[in-house]
Amino acid sequence: MPAPIRLRELIRTIRTARTQAEEREMIQKECAAIRSSFREEDNTYRCRNVAKLLYMHMLGYPAHFGQLECLKLIASQKFTDKRIGYLGAMLLLDERQDVHLLMTNCIKNDLNHSTQYVQGLALCTLGCMGSSEMCRDLAGEVEKLLKTSNSYLRKKAALCAVHVIRKVPELMEMFLPATKNLLSEKNHGVLHTSVVLLTEMCERSPDMLLHFRKLVPQLVRILKNLIMSGYSPEHDVSGISDPFLQVRILRLLRILGRSDDDSSEAMNDILAQVATNTETSKNVGNAILYETVLTIMDIKSESGLRVLAINILGRFLLNNDKNIRYVALTSLLKTVQTDHNAVQRHRSTIVDCLKDLDVSIKRRAMELSFALVNGNNIRGMMKELLYFLDSCDPEFKADCASGVFLAAEKYAPSKRWHIDTIMRVLTTAGSYVRDDSVPNLIQLITNSVEMHAYTVQRLYKALLDDISQQPLVQVSSWCIGEYGDLLVSGQCEEEEPIQVTEDEVLDVLEGLLVSNLSTPVTRGYSLTAIMKLSTRFSSVNRIKKVVSIYGSSIDVELQQRAVEYNALFKKYDHMRPALLERMPIMEKTASNGPTEIVQTNGETEPSVPDTKHPPLVTQPANQANDLLDLLGGNDVVPVIQTTLPTKPASAGGELLDLLGDLSLSSGPAPAPSVPISQPPFLLDGLSSQPLFNDISAAIPPMTAYSKNGLKIEFTFERVSHDWTKNLCGSIIDLCSIVQLSQSWEYAGRRMSYEADLAGAVFYTLCVPLLQTFQLQLLSPSSNIVPALNQGSVTQVIRVLNPQKQQLRMRVKLTYTHKGSPIQDLAEVNNFPPQSWQ
Amino acid sequence: LVATGVGAKTYRRIRFILIQNRAGKTRLAKWYMQFDDDEKQKLIEEVHAVVTVRDAKHTNFVEFRNFKIIYRRYAGLYFCICVDVTDNNLAYLEGIHNFVEVLNEYFHNVCELDLVFNFYKVYTVVDEMFLAGEIRETSQTKVLKQLLMLQSLE
Repeated sequence: MPAPIRLRELIRTIRTARTQAEEREMIQKECAAIRSSFREEDNTYRCRNVAKLLYMHMLGYPAHFGQLECLKLIASQKFTDKRIGYLGAMLLLDERQDVHLLMTNCIKNDLNHSTQYVQGLALCTLGCMGSSEMCRDLAGEVEKLLKTSNSYLRKKAALCAVHVIRKVPELMEMFLPATKNLLSEKNHGVLHTSVVLLTEMCERSPDMLLHFRKLVPQLVRILKNLIMSGYSPEHDVSGISDPFLQVRILRLLRILGRSDDDSSEAMNDILAQVATNTETSKNVGNAILYETVLTIMDIKSESGLRVLAINILGRFLLNNDKNIRYVALTSLLKTVQTDHNAVQRHRSTIVDCLKDLDVSIKRRAMELSFALVNGNNIRGMMKELLYFLDSCDPEFKADCASGVFLAAEKYAPSKRWHIDTIMRVLTTAGSYVRDDSVPNLIQLITNSVEMHAYTVQRLYKALLDDISQQPLVQVSSWCIGEYGDLLVSGQCEEEEPIQVTEDEVLDVLEGLLVSNLSTPVTRGYSLTAIMKLSTRFSSVNRIKKVVSIYGSSIDVELQQRAVEYNALFKKYDHMRPALLERMPIMEKTASNGPTEIVQTNGETEPSVPDTKHPPLVTQPANQANDLLDLLGGNDVVPVIQTTLPTKPASAGGELLDLLGDLSLSSGPAPAPSVPISQPPFLLDGLSSQPLFNDISAAIPPMTAYSKNGLKIEFTFERVSHDWTKNLCGSIIDLCSIVQLSQSWEYAGRRMSYEADLAGAVFYTLCVPLLQTFQLQLLSPSSNIVPALNQGSVTQVIRVLNPQKQQLRMRVKLTYTHKGSPIQDLAEVNNFPPQSWQ
Repeated sequence: LVATGVGAKTYRRIRFILIQNRAGKTRLAKWYMQFDDDEKQKLIEEVHAVVTVRDAKHTNFVEFRNFKIIYRRYAGLYFCICVDVTDNNLAYLEGIHNFVEVLNEYFHNVCELDLVFNFYKVYTVVDEMFLAGEIRETSQTKVLKQLLMLQSLE
């Protein structure tokens, strides 16, 4: 049989193939030749054949029939055979084939071979694809080689040991004695791989971590030598000596210093030194600086060092190299919660990054910008973010719009600004707005009572321009339905009132019904809006006609609505005004962000007059005295409060204002809740509204306080916003539900409750007992807890617990009950473990 | 990416190294995690798709499944390293460059054809510089010395 062709020839031949089919043919022919050559057990050419087979395998063709041949090559004495054999093993074999176990013996012999290169081959193969069984068998050999004086082998052995530990963690102990002297090596390569080995061991086992902590001073010394020692030609990269080693040492220091004060302190100086002395003109220096920043952020460094780190990141943001900007933004996103103020200083640079060309940089800049928005910078930031929303790619628009809504809700400086911002988002990115934003917005608009006229006017004008963006159209039609009377009466104070007639308004709404651009949902909105206008406009006949037409619509939803509205006109005309009256102000649900589903009255028919509490407008009172009371000697950090309920002294006046706006008619008026100064009515219809439609099943609710009939229950929900995903920790929302369960005799008359004060005004302060987490209190649903479990007051408390410490809380209650003030202090310790883990 | 075997947790290390040309032909594929053959093929195709659409305006880092890829283009070849999300991007970028410089020295102004005809030697270079998913030897002079020694044994 002629000698099989050489590898080069084969490669050249295959490259001449012009089509895939031609190539396949050549390969099949060659495979057949190789197969018959294998059958002949030809030792001389086996190496050549396997090499060719490997080449064909790299092109994507199956080559498994060569597996056993690889083993034969490994067993051969020639170095070239072994080399190809091991390569073949690494490419063709994996631990799922039983064949690979046959290699174990060969590798064992080769690990003890006289030539270091053969030993090296064996170590390499074991380190790349050794299975658990092989590792178990050969770990002893590897350990021996770790202690040899040959540095070439020690390097390989160290990394091979890393692989062994990864596969069989229990064997870690075996390598412990060998590590004793690893760090006193002069050879950089050995040092490098030793650091890697130590890192792996520390990451996997907390005991090892404790054991190796004592190495910190040594590591610091090595790092110092690296920086100071000047030129070392072998490991120099662009003037920096062995940056790879520096980076690895920094990483090991990070792991050792994490959550340990002493080690962190020992590292402070060297970290500062590296941070200030490293040359930043090239990528190499920046790579070291980046690793340094990561380390500083992770260990318990002093604040000066942390500020230094953030400033480095800030400088990165100004760098021309986009890689570096990207890396800086990613890190800043991780630290923005913990080092908020320091990051704020770089806000303008971050905002500039919104205009970057790279998509991933833009995304991170957007997330970071949202994280940095606060009450002080909201106007400026929003301008930039809205500009970004205008010009960004569609993939960003949904997230950006949601973010804008959330930020606006939290920090809006005025109602008018809030409405304007929403308008801007709806008109520029209206079709990308999330569906559940529509009910949110409607609720917001309802609650901004003094802006109704302005809002409806602007929305109407927007509709005239463009009816293609469904969320905008839906919100607009809802508003016109509610406040159409304000629109035609030209009452707007904020801007020039437009002159529009009832017929023009109805034209627009009817236009929505027939337009091809409107979705069925939108049509539903417009039909309901038209119907509502029947009590606000005088052209009732026109409305009746429209409604009756849709009684035979193909769309079932529209048809049902139209039929029911028709019935209203015909048989229940006396109820019509009551049903269609102005929506009362909706109970303010917690701002959980656009990803939560909020319960509202949206666009459904108001079949039952909803009697909900208007939220009592609150102002943050002076909390200083109470905080000192609660703090009483502990090292407790006061909670960050957004708003707190106050004694509703002024609430009475505002309530009357609110009532004045509502278009009350002869029908049953919703009974508002009344402040303490007046005798309370029986609050019918106030059922305890669960604020969270899906309480996280993972965290069970708990009773936080139960005394004298007053019960406070906490339910939990995990919150995840897109832009806080990077936060390493948990944010959960506590919904605290307060109920009064004391039973009194019901005297049979509705008014009997006025004497026995059925409700209690309460006022809580929650303070976390440990410094490591923060609380944010959102405003409660009301100040009055009705009696007999008739209802409850809910308040959402947001807990940020980045360090996953056990939650404990101290609660102080101040309330009036039966006319007399009561104070109570309680500690809440029984948080379920799932809430902080 | 579901890898079999112990050690497939999110500890930092290199998952694989790929050298591909613009057309998608693989010039080197070194895997440090267990994958099936068809999984490997799929990964190769995905990486190719992700990396070739990017140009100079983009960063050298791509998020890929739940890992990330650090890559750099040299002439018609893409050198890609797949690492963990928490790894230091910039350091691995330097690692790639180090590797390419060694190839350049070893093959005397390396070009794609060198890598094609000497593919087994390229694997040797990789194995001298990387092992078990970690960077092993960073000194170019040392690596070149070893490579020449190995060559003399042939």
